[in-house]
Amino acid sequence: MTIELVIFWVLAIVAVGTSLAMIAGKRPVHCAVIFLGTLGSLAGLFLLLIAQFVAILQVIIYAGAILVLFLFVIMLLHAHSGEGPGEKIRFQRPLALALSLALLVGMSLVFWQSGFGEAPPAPPEGMGTAEAVGNALFERFILPFEVASVLLLAGILGAVVLSKKERG
Amino acid sequence: METPPLWAVLVLHALKGLVILVALLTAFAYMTWLERRLVSRFQVRIGPNRVGPFGLLQPAADGIKLFFKEDFMPAGADRVLYLLAPAISMITAFVAFSVVPFGPPDIKLFGVPLFQMANPNAGILFILAVSSIGVYGIILGGWASNSKYPLLGALRSSAQLISYELGVGLAIVSVILWAGTLELPKIVEQQTGTWFGFFPRWNIFILPVGPVAFLLLLLGATAEINRAPFDLPEAEHELTAGYQTEYGGMRFAAFYAAEYVNMITASALSVALFLGGWDGPFVEQVPLLGVLWFLVKVFAFVFFFIWVRATLPRVRYDQLMDLGWKLLLPLALLNLAVTSVMVLLWRELGGG
Repeated sequence: MTIELVIFWVLAIVAVGTSLAMIAGKRPVHCAVIFLGTLGSLAGLFLLLIAQFVAILQVIIYAGAILVLFLFVIMLLHAHSGEGPGEKIRFQRPLALALSLALLVGMSLVFWQSGFGEAPPAPPEGMGTAEAVGNALFERFILPFEVASVLLLAGILGAVVLSKKERG
Repeated sequence: METPPLWAVLVLHALKGLVILVALLTAFAYMTWLERRLVSRFQVRIGPNRVGPFGLLQPAADGIKLFFKEDFMPAGADRVLYLLAPAISMITAFVAFSVVPFGPPDIKLFGVPLFQMANPNAGILFILAVSSIGVYGIILGGWASNSKYPLLGALRSSAQLISYELGVGLAIVSVILWAGTLELPKIVEQQTGTWFGFFPRWNIFILPVGPVAFLLLLLGATAEINRAPFDLPEAEHELTAGYQTEYGGMRFAAFYAAEYVNMITASALSVALFLGGWDGPFVEQVPLLGVLWFLVKVFAFVFFFIWVRATLPRVRYDQLMDLGWKLLLPLALLNLAVTSVMVLLWRELGGG
């Protein structure tokens, strides 16, 4: 067994374990901190693929910005107890079960099609560098990229509108 | 040259890390002394001068005192997070420094560059990533203390950090555009040499964008390391001591160490990005001199930060947010646009 394989398994087990712990956790703040572990191990997996840039983006964007905002909201809304809200959507549990099952089936199909036996193709030279990611974003995926930015803009505008309403 | 044995390289790396760690801790200890002495001078006081000559043993005395403090935990605190928070702060502060090059990379022993701990190919981004993890130390520390002042301080600081990270990030992006690389040693190397034979080719002198980007980085860094006049997370008149109110003894010291090490890292980063890093007179003849130049420049920054603290009053919170979002961010975007145009034109005209 090579060192890389050992590192992979450690990271993979940590990623799955922390995800489970995050879902099962009782206090949202703890869940958010545990989720930090998931993000960290995912960044480690990217590093194993020699995709330093992607790994660092994973940390900067997810751990550094998004999760901080999560924590922010949790603390502002439930500052004292850190407990989650009591209300639930109707049929939340069966719906969640159905949706996650659908995701599992879809993922399994993809894995099934690519085949388990053969070794995966080696990543192309320079994959995951800033240059490669930039080229991919601005050439091949320019449309999804722009659509995503419009979506974010809509989110920002929505936040502005909502906060204005509350004041007036 | 034959490849050195793996153990030699590993031992060398470990030693290097140990030396940097001890140096940073010593620097932290004496920065507290320096800050107290200097601020006293600025305020026409004397400052600590009883322990040892010029009060030089004051940091040791402080350390011993902190070690013997009672180990307490506020009632209702979240135990795990309360203990974890100072550790996160301190570890990330030290890790961030590991990619700072403080000397020319060609001075090597067994093929290991001596004056930089690690050189990932996404160097600058690594610092941003690690410092964004450092926010967790502050937020979690403030929340886990189960007390209102720390919580308010933590919320303020996270809002402040997120707001100013944008300006800093964009200022750094313009340097990256100019340099065409993310690796810090290469960015510094491009700044060595002179224009017209006497003027240093430092990034700060790239007109008109260099000085603007430098100013943005300086302001943003001051806010990110919670220094006056942007030290609202620990504004003592309103928040007692902000997120660290409920901490004592060595855990308090851990937060404090993180703050000072972050100050060193911010200074070192500004020096590497804008002031030519280890570049200086006679570095080509005597490469070791580069380390000295680097330290001198970093010291100038540290002095500047202390000076500003003694001089300027703290801004109000809404002023801080206004400054960050309504002035620095648009300015950074504009600066980035001008830089991009300049880089493109430069290439069109056949420049390197």
